[in-house]
Formats: sequence, structure tokens, C-alpha cells
Amino acid sequence: MNNQFKPPSGGFSKINGKCISLIGDDIDTDRIIPARFLKCINFDSLGQFVFDDDRKALKGDHPFDLDDNKDASILIVNCNFGCGSSREHAPQALMRWGIKAIIGESFADIFYSNCIAIGIPCFTLSKKSITIIQKHLENKDLFFEIDLFKSTASSRDLKFNLEIKKTSRKMFLSGEWDTTSKLIENNDLIEKKLNDLPYIKFNSSI
Amino acid sequence: MSQNTLFDKVWELHKVANLPGGTDQIFIGLHLIHEVTSPQAFGALKDKNLKVKFPSRTVATVDHIVPTDNQSRPFQDNLAEQMIDTLEKNCFDNKIKFFNIGSGKQGIVHVVAPELGLTQPGMTIACGDSHTSTHGAFGSIAFGIGTSQVRDILASQTIAMNKLKVRQIWCENKLSNGTYAKDLVLHIINYLGVKAGVGYAYEFAGPAISALSMEERMTICNMSIEGGARCGYINPDEKTFSYIKGKLCSPPNKNWDKAIKWWESLQSDENSIYDDVVKIDAAKVEPTVTWGITPGQSIGVNQKIPTLEEIDPNDQFIAGEAYEYMGFKPGQPIKDIPIDVCFIGSCTNGRISDLRVAAQVLKNHKIAKHIKAFVVPGSERVAKEAKEEGLDKVFMNAGFQWREPGCSMCLAMNSDKLIGNQVSASSSNRNFKGRQGSPNGRTLLMSPAMVAVAAIKGKVTDVRDFLRK
Ligand code: SF4
Repeated sequence: MNNQFKPPSGGFSKINGKCISLIGDDIDTDRIIPARFLKCINFDSLGQFVFDDDRKALKGDHPFDLDDNKDASILIVNCNFGCGSSREHAPQALMRWGIKAIIGESFADIFYSNCIAIGIPCFTLSKKSITIIQKHLENKDLFFEIDLFKSTASSRDLKFNLEIKKTSRKMFLSGEWDTTSKLIENNDLIEKKLNDLPYIKFNSSI
Repeated sequence: MSQNTLFDKVWELHKVANLPGGTDQIFIGLHLIHEVTSPQAFGALKDKNLKVKFPSRTVATVDHIVPTDNQSRPFQDNLAEQMIDTLEKNCFDNKIKFFNIGSGKQGIVHVVAPELGLTQPGMTIACGDSHTSTHGAFGSIAFGIGTSQVRDILASQTIAMNKLKVRQIWCENKLSNGTYAKDLVLHIINYLGVKAGVGYAYEFAGPAISALSMEERMTICNMSIEGGARCGYINPDEKTFSYIKGKLCSPPNKNWDKAIKWWESLQSDENSIYDDVVKIDAAKVEPTVTWGITPGQSIGVNQKIPTLEEIDPNDQFIAGEAYEYMGFKPGQPIKDIPIDVCFIGSCTNGRISDLRVAAQVLKNHKIAKHIKAFVVPGSERVAKEAKEEGLDKVFMNAGFQWREPGCSMCLAMNSDKLIGNQVSASSSNRNFKGRQGSPNGRTLLMSPAMVAVAAIKGKVTDVRDFLRK
């Protein structure tokens, strides 16, 4: 677990890190961060509670508890990762634990956009490639260099062409994943839109 | 690429700009907030030195953390008190309308907005909650967002988003007696799978959908997200309009005709193009019960839990996990599985019509001795109506606890939780591991009528057999 948490900022094109694998389909956000930890008004303390129930059930054998994975920052997952609740607490908890990028077979929609919004790129790979990585990780460490320009992940002996939505890739390269400032730039268009929408006119104000 | 569907029309109408990265900037007509996913957004706004752009386009209520037994302030749970306090303060400081406990208008955000007439066709609606898809029942484009997007809407009333594809789910025929909207949507999720909706909006259509009441339509759209679809909607019709008419925030009489005309113009055209179309026969749907740890792992009440060989190879891994977690055997009938706890409530099935159906079943019956059962109305208004109809008495006479409105044991952020590996029959929407508050608690999702009959019999029972007697 990463104790000196620094949120990402600005544009970036490379992520170097050790991989950690979490095997399983349909891992929902209730599992990533159980509801009892949502009783908070900031995200600061969430890192230590990531996968709390799953980790307790495995009594130290969960990937997020293994000594070997302590400094890992690239998470390898399977299908439909992050389904269920929209809680941004889930990617926030992963990020505060130390995760900087996720590579998986597929992601749930809201989880994916939450990750992009806080600066965690999510990449997809075929089942076959994910299985190769997960097999490799069973008995060896794996360090990837992820190159966002080329959309590749490479180690000494492995290399994969990653898929990522074009829009997301651009946002990370330019730093625009931090959307607020881009959105408010269009202030005039926003005000015009408000005035144009029929229902704003025919409803009494709330 | 879909064309001329309601989704396309509403999307185009709300598009503010094409952003340089390639996403669309979409105006959000109605922004709903609650205590769990908003505090960090207000915090971020402050950090960036920004103000709420259009305070009147955001409406707040409190639902997830509220205790449903003793609601006097300060709450016994300090953290819960801190959360409601923060929301009160944020709303006050930013001039945001807040429907607090005791206002007569508080409740689960997805129950409250429709009953106040806030939810209307043709709007874009967003909330930091995945079940925002519920509001699509009115022909709005409604979806869940994360806290960073809550921040963006507060700051700009817009978000950056990629347009979704549209899949029409055409539901033929009609549901048979003893089967409900919940059964239909569980059936659809089982048929298509929990990931099929990723990247899609679901348009529910066809005779079976037209026949549903507005509240039943909300149950269907509510669970779109359990099928992976961030957004689900139904084209508005007469039922939609008459539900909205006369509600607190609906268009005033003098504008009513104008509103209807506009709403009608948004319906998907007859020759609209979909990215995909799927057909479902509603007449074949049985009372449906989940046996596993995803809402897609369900079967008809008279079926057996599938064996590994019967399951699609892609779903076998999660099925294996479900067998282990639930402790049920592949090939075992779901019927007669013993139940410990019964929960009626949530944004899926905590509305007045749900309470009526359950009360109908419970009338003149007692729940089994070992069962702990409680009913949590979806809102203060639902509670009031139910009391006026005497439903609270029916529930209490049967042995149910009657509670105050909130999310309660749908996600167990208050003190209502499963204990150990209890099995719950639940009218809510998620059967994930640990969802109902115990790390090894087990949830069986079903319709409110099925929960009621499970409470009486103490085990999973076919409500149709019960009604026939
Ligand atoms: S009732 Fe359940 S699903 Fe609905 S908003 Fe509350 S916690 Fe979420």
C-alpha cells in the first residue's frame, strides 16, 4: 500500500509499474469498497479498506495483502470489472492503495468513466492475453511499461497492444481528463442551452 | 449508429459542444444529489474556487444512511449524522432545494423525483447513483455518474460523455397472473447477461411494456444497470402524461398542452434505427428468483439451480463462485430454500403499488415464526399513502416491522443488516456478496409478492400456488 498518496495531475504518456492480478468476472464495486466505508465526507482513508470483505475472508491470502504485491500499481482483471454501484469511492480506494492503471477484459460503464475522471487509464485486452499475463504472474513478477502514445504494454519478454477509447487516450495525453475547466470554458453555450430547452420554459421553477 | 430514437433526439437536444478529446458535452436538465456521493464533489468545487452554476437545477434528498427506526437528530450513528449535516450545510450554502426528513417529501431519490413531478419526458437526468436509470420510465435519458461528474455538473450543469448505442428490447405478449415487472426485468437480465448492456442505452418497448403501470415501468428501467446498461428508457404515452399531471413540479395547467405536444414529438420514430434489437416473450416469464451473486443468476421459481455444464462457459467462473458463496447445490430446486429475513423496500420495489401487492398477499396471514421481516416505504409520501389505506396495519398484523423511509437494507448503510450467513428474500436489486451488510449474508432477489409469500411460508414459495388456494 502506498502511504504517500499524490493524486495524478496533468497529461502523461507513460506508466511504469509492477502488475498485480485479481482473477474473477463481474467484480462489483460493493466488493471493491463495501458500503460501510462510504460513511465519509472525503476519500482520504479509503485505500486501506479496498476489498475489505474479500481480504478478511482470505485471511492474508488476497492479492492485495501479499507482500509481493506491496508496490504494485498496474491492476490486471477479467470481465465486467467494477459493475454495480456508481460509487467513485471504488476507483478512489484503488488509487489510494496505489493503483495507477488497470488492464482487463472489460469494464462496467460507470466504473470506467469514474476511473477516467480521476486519472486512472483503463485498457482492454483479449481474454487470451489476460490469461497469459495472469499465468505469468502466478510464479513471476511482471513489470510493465505502458506507453499511451503507442497503446502498448511491454516488459522484458512480453508485449501487448492495448485497446483504449480514443477519447480517453487523448484526454490522458493532453491532461484533459480533469474535465471541469474544459467544460466551464463553454459558459456562453451552456447559458444558451438553458434558454433554449423547452421544458425549462414550460415548467415553473423548482 | 442509432437514428431517430428518443435517445438520439434527447441527446442531440442537450448537446452543448463537441469537446476536443472527442466526447460530447451534454447539458443535464435535472441533477439529483444525496448524502453519499455529493460531499466530496462540493469539496472539490471549493478547492477549485468554483460556484454552483445553476442551483435551481439541482435537488437534494437524504436516503442511504438514514436510520429507519429512530430518526430523531442527532442520529445515534455519528458518521451518519456528519453526512446529513454536511448535506444540509452544502445545500444551504449553495441555495439548493433539499427535501429533508419530516418535509413530507423525503425518500429514496429515485422514488421522490417522479412523485414530485420533477422527472419528465425529454429531460436529461443525472445523479451520483447507478439506479438513476429508473427515471427513464418517463422517457427521460437518465444515468448514474460518479462524484467527479457530480462536481462537473455542479460547476457547469454539463458533463463530458461518449454517446451510447441503443438496443431495443421488444417485449411481446403480456405478463401472466402472479408475475410482475420485477420478474420480467430479472428474466431479461438473465437472458442477455449482466454485461450485455455495457455501452448501450436500453429502450424497453412492446405490448408487455405498454401494459405496465408507471410504477412497474420504473421497476424495469431501475434494473437496466444490473444488465450493464447505464440508461434504460420507455417512450412516453398517455399513462406517462396522466401520472405527471398535477404533481407539485409538473408543468402548470396553462402550459400543459404545450408540454404534451413536445413530449410526444420525442418518441422514437416508427422507422428509427437501433444498434440492436432483442425480442422477449413476456408470457413465458415465471416468478423469478436469483440463486447466485449477480442479478443475472436467476431462474423460474419451479426450476433447479443450473449445474456447471448447463452454464455458458463464459459464465462458469462466476457460477462457481456463486455455488461456493451461497452454499446451494447445483441441480437443487430453488423452491423450499429456507429464508431467515424478508425485506420489502428499495428504489426497485418500495413504491405504493409494491406495498399494495405485498399487503394483498399478507392479509389475514402471519409470517413464519423464525422470520424477521420488515417493510421500508420508498418515501414519506409512500408511507403516508400506505397508512391512509391501512397497509401498515396489514403488515404489522402479519408480523412485519413497519419502518421509516430510506434505502435501509438494500445496501445496509444504516443498522439494518443481515447477520452471519442469513438468507434474505429481498425486493431490492442487488445480490452481490456482502451487499446486505454481512460479509457472508445471502440475498435472493424476487418480486414483493414473492417476498411476502416467502415470509408466510418461511421458504421460497411460488406465489401463484399460494394465490390459487
Ligand atoms: S434503494 Fe438501494 S439501490 Fe436504490 S438508491 Fe438506495 S441503496 Fe441504491
